[in-house]
Order: sequence, then structure tokens, then C-alpha cells
Amino acid sequence: MSTLLLNIPVTQYMFYFLSFVAILCGMMVVISKNPIHSILYLILTFFSIAGHYLLLNAQFLAVVHIIVYAGAIMVLFLYVIMMMNLNEKDEPNKKVFLKIAAVGSAGLLLLTLVGSLKGAEKMVAAAPLNTNVGLIKNLGQTLFGEFLFPFEISSILLLAAMVGAIMIGKKDPVK
Amino acid sequence: MLIIWSFIIYKAIMCVAVFAVALGIAAYSTWWERKFAGLLQDRYGPKRAGPFGLLQPLADGGKLFFKEEIIPNVSNKFLFILGPSLVMITALMTGAVIPWGRPLHLDNGDLFHLQITDLNIGFLYLLGVVSVGVYGIMIGGWASNNKYALLGAIRASSQMISYEVAMGLAVVALIISSGGSLSLNDIVTAQGDGGVANVCWQPLGFIIFFVCALAETNRAPFDLPECEAELVGGYHTEYSSMKLGLFLFAEYINMFISSAIMAAVYFGGYNMPEWFENLYRGSVSLDTFALIGMVCFVAKIFIFISVFMWIRWTIPRFRYDQLMNLGWKVLIPLSLLNLGITALVQAWRNGLF
Repeated sequence: MSTLLLNIPVTQYMFYFLSFVAILCGMMVVISKNPIHSILYLILTFFSIAGHYLLLNAQFLAVVHIIVYAGAIMVLFLYVIMMMNLNEKDEPNKKVFLKIAAVGSAGLLLLTLVGSLKGAEKMVAAAPLNTNVGLIKNLGQTLFGEFLFPFEISSILLLAAMVGAIMIGKKDPVK
Repeated sequence: MLIIWSFIIYKAIMCVAVFAVALGIAAYSTWWERKFAGLLQDRYGPKRAGPFGLLQPLADGGKLFFKEEIIPNVSNKFLFILGPSLVMITALMTGAVIPWGRPLHLDNGDLFHLQITDLNIGFLYLLGVVSVGVYGIMIGGWASNNKYALLGAIRASSQMISYEVAMGLAVVALIISSGGSLSLNDIVTAQGDGGVANVCWQPLGFIIFFVCALAETNRAPFDLPECEAELVGGYHTEYSSMKLGLFLFAEYINMFISSAIMAAVYFGGYNMPEWFENLYRGSVSLDTFALIGMVCFVAKIFIFISVFMWIRWTIPRFRYDQLMNLGWKVLIPLSLLNLGITALVQAWRNGLF
């Protein structure tokens, strides 16, 4: 047993640790009663996923994940929940039908995920793994070379969404 | 294994040194702030504790440590303590990627890099850590279970998020014009040896970055989160003792680090003007040369810290809508304009048209 443990490289220990943290925090998001705690656990989940990206040598993705998800989106979540000041006692009683529907749909999602991952351990990588692909220089050259068109299209989509959000959020002119 | 151990020891020395220097400079920034305020307002400032009041930071620290520690009964204790800790941790983490000087030469032939780590995504790391720093204030303000603290926390974090956008755009323009590397060490070395300081190429970008740095550190004229007249004490209303001290201290560390970043990326860091370097370049050893560069870097940081303080004691506070208008309607369009012009100029310099 001890030799087995020693033969595992450090990165593998880190992988197990990060996966443990990610799954634990993911479960705590659902379990915890206080919505603020849920959000804090979700932030921890994002950090452990960023750690996974670092293990894959995708530094840019890891940092952007933290900046965008942990640094921007979750802050907005936190705002909304802090302003509404939700507590356990404010929680409305949900109907039994809703609970059954939620469990059922979540179970279907789980089934789909398990089904799609079944047999994944036997898959062979089609191309040799290039560990430098996640570095910012290579990533930029790929994005602005090979994938320029999809990249531009998605940026236009985001711009359109932003303009739409501003239009909805705008006050009506005073009549 | 020997190499790895020496590597770990070097890095440990660097970490402890940066930690100690950041704390020391932050402590003496409080002294200098009060002296500087005294200078501007024609009074003495602290002068009782030690010569020129030099022991004042120690006296302040001692006072904060010995004050009664109050944790509100209704608040969440863990989050209440987590808030100031997060603020302090993120303030200190930003020091990891700043290049403090040229590498020193050790006796055994190794180089001693005066930078904790040279990430190839250095600038993004800084932005990431800064964006996480918002949580400390928000969690602290919310866990206080006090309306004023919550309002202060929300003000502080919305202000920081708004100004992060303009700051990020200014950084993108800077990186385009300085050669396309996100590593802080590359940005600094590109400005030395015949290069010019980035501020010559990016004057508008520098002004935007400076204003955003003021807002990010919650310094006047952007210190609305702790606006006493409206919010009692802002997000740290409920805090006492050293937990309050950590909030106040983190502000000074942030000020020191943001001054260091501006001095490094816009004003050449440890590089000096060429005529000045030529005076002694041949006559001193490489290590002395590196140390002079470090002293020069510290002098630049000191000037920036003094400018931060000068602004605090000169300009009155913004109103909240003015703050948001400045951030979203002035700084972001300006930084977009700056980014567009920089991209065009860089394309022209690369010979695209």
C-alpha cells in the first residue's frame, strides 16, 4: 500500500484533492439552507475547477475562469441575494408535485451524464496530447487564426446580448 | 534534489521578504500619510512617539491589538472573521508577480530573481486576485448584520467591479503597445536598454489606470464606501480591534502594491533613464547595478504613494452618481478609444498598412 501511494505523482494527489473539494462544495451548494452559504460554496467549486485547469497546464483558462465566474458573475449573484436578504424562515413552502418534478428532472440529467461518460475510460486520444496548447500564446494564435470566424461571431452575439440587456434595463422616457 | 531545495529556499526568502516589506511599508505609509496631511494643512502631524513620531505606527498597532474584540451575537462568526482575512490575503497575494529588481548573482553561480514568480499570465493574475478581493468586503459587510455595513459593502464592491472594466481595457492597450507579453518582468525589461517608459506610448491609458487604481483601493476621492456622513463607518462599522486594523491596513498595502504596479508597467520599474544609467554602468558590479535599480524602483513607488496621499488631502469626495457616471460614461469609452487608437498605431508600426 505504501509503495503504491509513493509511486503516484504529486499532480495525481492534487487531482484527487481538487476533485474532492469540487464535489464536496458542489454538494454543499445544494444542501446548505442559507443562500449566501450556497453561493460561497459555489465560489469554492469554481476555484477548485480553476485548479483542475492549472493541472492541465491551461493557465489562461484558469485565470479567466476566476476573473469571469468568481470575480464577476458570482459577485452579481451575491448582490441580488444580499439585497433580498433571504433567510430560512422566508423560504416559501414548496408543493410536493414541484419537489417530485425537480428530483425527476435532476435524475434524468444524472442518467444522461452517466450514460455519456460510460466507456470513456476505454477511449484513446485521437491526436497526441499537446500540453502547451493552454498557454496564452498558443491559445491566442489558435483563436485568432484557425477559429477567427467562430470567435468573431460569438463576440457579436455577446455584444447583441449586452445591447439587449441595456435596452430592457433602460427606464421609459418621462411622458 | 539539491537544486529543488535551493529553489524552495530562494522562493521562501523572497516570499518572506515581500511579505515583510509590504507590511513594513504599509505601516510607515500610515505615518507618512499623517505627516503629509500635516504638511498640507500647515500643522505638525504625529510627533510625540519617538523622533519625528516615527514610532507612531507601532503605537497605533499596539492600540488596535489591545482593544476589545467585539463579534456581534447575531452575525455569522466564521464569515465575520473571514471577511477581513480575505481582504488582507488578497492584498498580500498581489505582490507575488511584481519584479522588484534585476536578478542578483550568487557565489555559486545561481541567479537570485527578485520576483517571487514570473507567471506568463502575470497581469491576468493581478486582475484575478483584485476581483477576488471584492469578496472580503462583501462578506465582511454582510456578516456584520448591519444595514449601514451592508450598504457600504455593496457600494464598495459595485465601485470596484465598475472600475475593473476600465482598468482591464487600459491594461489590454498597454500590453498591445509594450510587445504583447502579459508577464510583468517582460513588460519591465522591454522598457529598459534603449526602450522608453510605457507612459510615453500610453499617456491616456496611464491616467485611466491611475484613476481606476484610486477607485480600486477605495482611496479618496473614491472613498464613498466609508463615507461617514452617510454610512456611519461603511463596511467596517461593526468591526473593532485588529479586525478593523486589517481592513485599514489592507488599504495601505493595496496602495503600495498598486503604486508598485504603476511604477513597474508605466514608468519602467527598476530601469532608469539612459543617461543616468550610463554614469555608472561600467564602473560598478552587476549586483550593485541591480541594487541601484531597486532603490530607483522604491523611489518611484514612494512618489506614487505620495501622490495618492496628496490627492486624498486635496480633493473632496465624489457623489455616488458622479462616481458611477465617471466610471461607466467617461472612463470606459475613453479606454475603448485608447484601445482602438493603440491597436491602429501598433498595426501601423508592424507594417500592416
